[in-house]
Amino acid sequence: MEMSTQHTEAPYYFVPGPSRWPLLAGMSMLVVMIGASAWVNGASWGSYVNLIGLIGVLYVLYHWFGDAIKESESGLYNKRIDVSFRWSMSWFIFSEVMFFGAFFGALFYARSITMPWLADLDHKILWPDFAAHWGNIGPAGTVESFATMGPFWIPTINTALLLTSGITLTISHHAIRANHRSQAAIWLFATILLGAIFMGFQAYEYIHAYSELNLKLTSGIYGSTFFLLTGFHGFHVTMGAIMLSVVLYRILKGHFTPDHHFAFEGAAWYWHFVDVVWLGLYVVVYWL
Amino acid sequence: MFGASLLAAGMPSWAVTDSPGGPAVRQLNFQQPVTKIAEEIYSLHTMMLIICLVIFIAVFAVMFYSILKHRKSLGHKSATFHESTAVEIAWTVVPFLIVIGMALPATKTVVAMKDTSNADITIKATGMQWKWGYDYLNGEGQGINFLSNLATPREQIVDSSVAKNENYLIEVDNPVVVPVNKKIRMVLTANDVIHAWMIPAFGVKQDAIPGFVRDTWFRAEKIGTYRGQCAELCGKDHAFMPIVVNVVSEEDYKKWVDDKKKEMAANADDPTKTWTLDELIQRGEKVYSANCVACHQANGKGVPGSFPALDGGPLVLGPKAGQIDIVMHGKNAMPAWGPVLSPTEIAAVITYTRNSWSNKAAENIVQPAEIVAARK
Amino acid sequence: MSTTAVDHTHNAAHGHDHAHDHPHGWRRWVYATNHKDIGTLYLWFSFVMLLSGGTLAMLIRAELFHPGLQLMQPEFFNQLTTMHGIMMVFGAIMPAFVGFANWMVPLQIGASDMAFARMNNFSFWLLPPAAILLVLSFFVPGGATAAGWTLYAPLTVQMGPGMDMAIFALHIMGASSIMGSINIIVTILNMRAPGMTLMKMPMFCWTWLITAYLLLAVMPVLAGAITMTLTDRHFGTSFFNAAGGGDPVMYQHIFWFFGHPEVYIMILPAFGIVSHIIPAFARKQLFGYASMVYATASIAILSFMVWAHHMFTTGMPVTAQLFFMYATMLIAVPTGVKIFNWVATMWRGSMTFETPMLFAIGFIFVFTMGGFTGLILAVTPIDIQLQDTYYVVAHFHYVLVAGSLFALFAGFYYWGPKWTGHMYNELRGKIHFWGSLITFNITFFPMHFLGLAGMPRRYADYPAQFTDFNMIASIGGIGFGLMQVYFLFAVVLPTIRGGAPAADKPWDGAEGLEWTVPSPAPFHTFETPPTVK
Ligand code: HEA
Ligand code: HEA
Ligand code: CUA
Ligand SMILES: [Cu+2]
Repeated sequence: MEMSTQHTEAPYYFVPGPSRWPLLAGMSMLVVMIGASAWVNGASWGSYVNLIGLIGVLYVLYHWFGDAIKESESGLYNKRIDVSFRWSMSWFIFSEVMFFGAFFGALFYARSITMPWLADLDHKILWPDFAAHWGNIGPAGTVESFATMGPFWIPTINTALLLTSGITLTISHHAIRANHRSQAAIWLFATILLGAIFMGFQAYEYIHAYSELNLKLTSGIYGSTFFLLTGFHGFHVTMGAIMLSVVLYRILKGHFTPDHHFAFEGAAWYWHFVDVVWLGLYVVVYWL
Repeated sequence: MFGASLLAAGMPSWAVTDSPGGPAVRQLNFQQPVTKIAEEIYSLHTMMLIICLVIFIAVFAVMFYSILKHRKSLGHKSATFHESTAVEIAWTVVPFLIVIGMALPATKTVVAMKDTSNADITIKATGMQWKWGYDYLNGEGQGINFLSNLATPREQIVDSSVAKNENYLIEVDNPVVVPVNKKIRMVLTANDVIHAWMIPAFGVKQDAIPGFVRDTWFRAEKIGTYRGQCAELCGKDHAFMPIVVNVVSEEDYKKWVDDKKKEMAANADDPTKTWTLDELIQRGEKVYSANCVACHQANGKGVPGSFPALDGGPLVLGPKAGQIDIVMHGKNAMPAWGPVLSPTEIAAVITYTRNSWSNKAAENIVQPAEIVAARK
Repeated sequence: MSTTAVDHTHNAAHGHDHAHDHPHGWRRWVYATNHKDIGTLYLWFSFVMLLSGGTLAMLIRAELFHPGLQLMQPEFFNQLTTMHGIMMVFGAIMPAFVGFANWMVPLQIGASDMAFARMNNFSFWLLPPAAILLVLSFFVPGGATAAGWTLYAPLTVQMGPGMDMAIFALHIMGASSIMGSINIIVTILNMRAPGMTLMKMPMFCWTWLITAYLLLAVMPVLAGAITMTLTDRHFGTSFFNAAGGGDPVMYQHIFWFFGHPEVYIMILPAFGIVSHIIPAFARKQLFGYASMVYATASIAILSFMVWAHHMFTTGMPVTAQLFFMYATMLIAVPTGVKIFNWVATMWRGSMTFETPMLFAIGFIFVFTMGGFTGLILAVTPIDIQLQDTYYVVAHFHYVLVAGSLFALFAGFYYWGPKWTGHMYNELRGKIHFWGSLITFNITFFPMHFLGLAGMPRRYADYPAQFTDFNMIASIGGIGFGLMQVYFLFAVVLPTIRGGAPAADKPWDGAEGLEWTVPSPAPFHTFETPPTVK
């Protein structure tokens, strides 16, 4: 097979030599998890241990990706490896879809099956006063009353922001394909900026929810699904923004060629995925 | 040590006899059904077993024939065929039809099991760690309610050296009593975690889910005592919350209802009565050993890491309002006793804990009236 | 697929290794990027977990030898049951199959390594931390989680810190599985040797490809479920709490949406292994290759539509009960196709019965029994009678121990010569097989009776009428455990250390690229791919 960017020394399929990073990453994860276990149980040392572990993970990732970038830039990655990356990123995103699926499923189940159930005739034995409407405070009266979050205006603005960021990202992609590197950098920067503004609004919305709507993580199933869905989405936006920032940095360092820039594309796919999840959230969490 | 504990158990298995209405020794099949549903389940199972056995024998007859005859050591040369669409279709379609044939008769039973309408008596059973509470909601006996605990005292359970009778795990202090040949609807719920109410002889098993009600039904056709156990992992004493149902004649049922009602009236506490400290402690000890020992232990030491000690516990020694709140409303693994016990019982058990073991709380007595006030 | 012929002009099984990436000593293992080394690590890890999980099972059986509480208190018993289940499922069986995939997939498709060698090692190195968390959890206040391997809410909310450690352990094992699956999918889709079309691919690769998709689809769902458990425990959410409008049964739906495909994750690669061994020792091509592929895919697809057969006693609406009963029973059809194809492969073959073949035949025989008890459980009314009794315990040990584990043993005997370069001792292999088969049935067959008679599972103490069968099961259990100790000391270790050298292709009926490389397989194989005609 022919490879467009093949260097002369590129092997048929590049297999990296021994590396310390996987082991160190695994051990850092152990530290992270021990710290987390202690932390959630109120041990004062937990957060520090957790943080140390996280620093370890980041340190490892920095070097690991550094190695990969070096290999890529020295032409060890041929077309076939590029295809591998494409497959892997696609299927990774698929697994992320399934992760969100669990939470969307929980929302659907709680709302369409559990709620009417709790309010039906049989359940009058337990909960005589419970009336089914979404955004209820639960049948037991253990939840403080709260107001729900509508689509106006922050979520709608946020939708616009994310959709726009999808467009700017595509413009940036076209620019890199046309080898207009500074253009690409500018539009990519715009994308990250839009993501950051999105996160700013999201943070504002949370503050608003807590301080004015009395809508909290503890606000029954509504609060649970609201915060976990939007929270995990926000976390993914952050991850996507970090990926794009790394890509931006690499563009500025002169990495990538018009036909060899999978890191860009992978991050872009991820960003679009986060975008699509948001559209789902916008409809299911805010509108319905 | 293992051998010693075996001897100490003092109950050789060969001395055990069948438990009527419960499991028999070395029983190979379902327990004797006493409801229509259980009978249907029994015959469904027999049907499934036969069909599966026939297929099993057919398939493995072919395989073992092949294993015996088509071996290299007998000089058998291998054939070269390796596919046949016709055969593949055949052994897809035939099992498909068999499976449909199995599912159809089952469908009828599923629908029948789900039909809880037109019950003569409705009983609510509440699963609690680790006992059952029963409320007769509808029909004759309406208004009766009681708790049903494992009859064997807890000290005997945890001590393998004590000799016990052979039904020690499937006996309760207060069995459910129902009349024969009447449709009984069981309404299941739970207080803390999921439990499951099962009586094998009735073909009944239904999860009891906290915060939800689910129902099932049975119509027992034979007088007798039927035994079951909790069938959903519910924490440490999952194995120690059996279910016993006495199926009695209609007359006996009437009599039982009368007696039970009289007994309840006699035991009913007047929540406005003021008790003396000793009275409360005495009463509280009973309540404690029926409801609290499982976690907090007889010596009040609890189980480190899981269940807090009451002996020297800050809540028990502190202001009584805090303890009343926890006992009434629960917290984490601690269930809410407010809806389960009477004000008198709660007052008594709190008073008991404040004056037992090494405890000498400053606020050492709680009256039922205070509990009534806290309910509001 | 057995038309697979190798063009030897391209055969790249060179013996020489590149000095720069063939490290020695401990670095070779901990910094490994070689699929064979990583495969070996996986296999050892899973074997250690089998012994650990098995030791817990021995404690369970010892306590259940006699009614009464003799060795432990019930809370500890529940911890043992839970950890036994978790360690066996996530620690022993799943990683063992990943180990097989690591070793065999590149060899079978003519690839030089896995697609992502470093990530491959990361997948592995997440497992020991998870195991450490699980083991440590026994020693924190309150001990390990005792909520059963299914971790049902709201019991999980009552558990101590050990619960959180288990949740985090599962999270990282899930991450490991997801990365491992991606690696396997990409390797299979993108790195097959020229000429190896998908429909020429060895069955083991097919079953793993499909398994990897199952993993990708369901591990994240498990992660979601236990994350909700975590937030319910510590952050006041109400997912599984009716008081706040949540529902404990919702946990079960999410868990079993993962859990049922999970059991097929543990059996499909076993089907793959058996599909290699039967043809090899019948000296006859696998019957119905294409239909085997379709059957595997059908099982996988159906597995997403049957989950609530674990929940018949939760009180679902009657329509749901019927739907899940029908869908579950349908799985018997494609599984039957596989059984029939194996039998047809043997039919008029020229069979010999070395240990791999014995384990494969044992697998078919005993797995089918487990499949039939599964089918019986699928009938809703019967399941309502049997749910959460020892009948279920019998069912799943028939499919997991005599199914998955026996297939793993079969695979070890079959491919072990390629891994170690030595032949195992045939007599000892046969002792291991017969000993395991007999003691297995002594252990688990009586559990059917116990379940039918109504003995609930997860019980530290049981009514005295159940004593005899429990004693038999305990005795069998010890025997089965000892057979595995025998396997380790009499078979595995001697085979690694020495023994008759293995030919490149020790089985005259075996087919496939893995037999074209020397035994033991050199560090690097297929650096330039072979051409498959
Ligand atoms: C490797 C793992 C594995 C496999 C392959 C299976 C296979 C099957 N299982 Fe099993 N199962 C488990 C592991 C597995 N299971 C576990 C771990 C649990 C318990 C979890 C827990 O609660 O802890 C469980 C529980 C379980 C239950 C719930 C029991 C309960 O808790 O109440 C049910 C109910 O339907 C069930 C059904 C089935 C069926 C129908 C199959 C089918 O796939 C079987 C198909 C095979 C055959 C039928 C045999 C071969 C076929 C033929 C020879 C063709 C001809 C046959 C006919 C036409 C009938 N299983
Ligand atoms: C996945 C695979 C798997 C495997 C291989 C096994 C293997 C075994 N299991 Fe199983 N088991 C499960 C999966 C598995 N199990 C699951 C998922 C559950 C449900 C958990 C739950 O309810 O939550 C369960 C539950 C379960 C129970 C029910 C517990 C209960 O309900 O309370 C029992 C009871 O007998 C049992 C027994 C055994 C035995 C005797 C073995 C034997 O095959 C083990 C043999 C191996 C060894 C013994 C190790 C080798 C020996 C040594 C290391 C030396 C020490 C040994 C001696 C001193 C003899 N298991
Ligand atoms: Cu209650 Cu088990
Ligand atoms: Cu299943």
